[in-house]
Amino acid sequence: MNRSARPLGQTLQLTLAHVALIAYTLIALFPVALVVMNSFKVRNAIFKTPYNLPDAESFSLVGYETVLSRAAFPSYFLNSLIVTVVSLLLIFIAGTMAAHALSEYQFPGNRLLGLYMALGIMVPIRLGTVSILRLVVDLSLVDTLIALILVYTAMGLPLAVFVLSEFMRQIPRDLKDAARVDGASEYRIYWMTVPLIRPAIGTVMVFNMIPIWNDLWFPLILAPSERNKTITLGAQQFLGQFVSDWNAVLSSLSLAALPVIVLYVLFSRQLIRGLTSGAVK
Amino acid sequence: MKSASRKAFPWHIIVFLTPALLIYTAFMIYPLVDSLRLSLYAPTPENPREEIFVGLANYQRLFTDDLLAPRLQGALRNNFLFFAVHMLVQNPLALLLASLLSSQFIRGRAIYRTLIFLPSVLSVVLIGFIWKLILSPLWGRTLFEPLGINPGPWLGLPETALPIISLVSVWQWVGVPMMLFLAALIGINDEIIEAARVDGATAWDVFWKIKFPLILPTVGIVAVLTFVGNFNAFDLVYTMQGALAPPDFSTDLLGTLFYRTFFGFQLQLGSPTMGATVAGVMFMIILVGVLLYLFIFQRRLLRAE
Repeated sequence: MNRSARPLGQTLQLTLAHVALIAYTLIALFPVALVVMNSFKVRNAIFKTPYNLPDAESFSLVGYETVLSRAAFPSYFLNSLIVTVVSLLLIFIAGTMAAHALSEYQFPGNRLLGLYMALGIMVPIRLGTVSILRLVVDLSLVDTLIALILVYTAMGLPLAVFVLSEFMRQIPRDLKDAARVDGASEYRIYWMTVPLIRPAIGTVMVFNMIPIWNDLWFPLILAPSERNKTITLGAQQFLGQFVSDWNAVLSSLSLAALPVIVLYVLFSRQLIRGLTSGAVK
Repeated sequence: MKSASRKAFPWHIIVFLTPALLIYTAFMIYPLVDSLRLSLYAPTPENPREEIFVGLANYQRLFTDDLLAPRLQGALRNNFLFFAVHMLVQNPLALLLASLLSSQFIRGRAIYRTLIFLPSVLSVVLIGFIWKLILSPLWGRTLFEPLGINPGPWLGLPETALPIISLVSVWQWVGVPMMLFLAALIGINDEIIEAARVDGATAWDVFWKIKFPLILPTVGIVAVLTFVGNFNAFDLVYTMQGALAPPDFSTDLLGTLFYRTFFGFQLQLGSPTMGATVAGVMFMIILVGVLLYLFIFQRRLLRAE
């Protein structure tokens, strides 16, 4: 069907739809673009001509220089990376193992255990903070990255087990039974099924990565020291102190957003597929 | 030999389940239960380290104490307003965007989708500060005055601060319900729509009489997710306004009240047991919301099946 064959009314409708979508896309991007753009400008230009792109006259890296010399951003970044990667690894290992057990074996209490694990999908872990802090103190884990890792793993497991076991149920039985006849151990069979649900695992990982990386609450409460700050908490406190130094504020905002935006561009397909496939269920 | 191994105790099941059950129980279920238990305890006046069972006295204090009750009422009222803005602005807007994006004739759908979702992957801290700068008088004057909009100080006035913060939250999260609606709309069988079109139904009718009833389960999921997320919100107010939720507690949500009650702030002393009590109230509210959802939506679904 070519364009000219379309009735006028439909063309009008399509145009209106595009206008609405473009308008909202601009609203979604404008604030972020404004901050990134102005982070490369001199102080005067930030206030006088915020809408203009940096040019030869207004271009400046002074904000970035302040941020990199004053705040321990590389160390914050490393902490966030450790916490996120190790939590995801634990969610992956413990989550696939539990999902395998729940989907593969019939044992008394199987359904009940599934329900027990699913409780955490709806109840926010934050409500247990008072006791989490006490527990972490009792375990001498206060102000360590390990405390954050354990909490995030507990937070991510319910949805991971739920989604992964749904997918594991769809793996044909014959495949596993054939392996059993060949004398494979149950552990081997588990390890064999993991690659078969790779897309689901990818989705679960991307899905957990964002809230872990962006969390402010638990770093603030469990690991607030300079040595263990994550980038989200580090940025929050840096921004609070340098509130009047707009060059530094804009640069640190851009720096903190950059890794997430890069990851998002790389994984957006996976993330969006996860959101949409989860909803159909 | 095979049957012998079948009958052997299934150690592997235990091995598979233990890590997840252990971490989940220790760091999620136990703290939630223990926190509810703590809300029934209070430190004794003689020894603050020693906590004794006091029944519902903490809850009674929270609801009737001259200092605490107004804060709880304020936070509850603000939180319901916060939720109302999300239900009335975020979710209809998400539905509108999703229905535009679900049309096969729109080109560049993937690009729109990806860009509109972008704010949802950014940290609330960044979003909060970005908007704080945009709304600050320093930038506000240059940005809004040329457009004929009064530059504020919106975040400094009790009447406007909370609506503005709610809208910033809507701006950040609208992508999530949009994706959920979009998935549901794409999942609708084309033949039903075609049949209605052939019968002369307008696009408006098709949407409200056919598509909307079909995506009702997703509407329910979006509503309950919004509810749970909103009654657990903390980061945005903390970043944009601070833990005291100024001006005059007008932006105080249950999350910020919980934080202040637990840790204390300025003149107020922190109390783990009273903090646990606020968390207990939040837990009940969220529980009621989730149960209502299960009751209304799941039952309707069962009947539809």
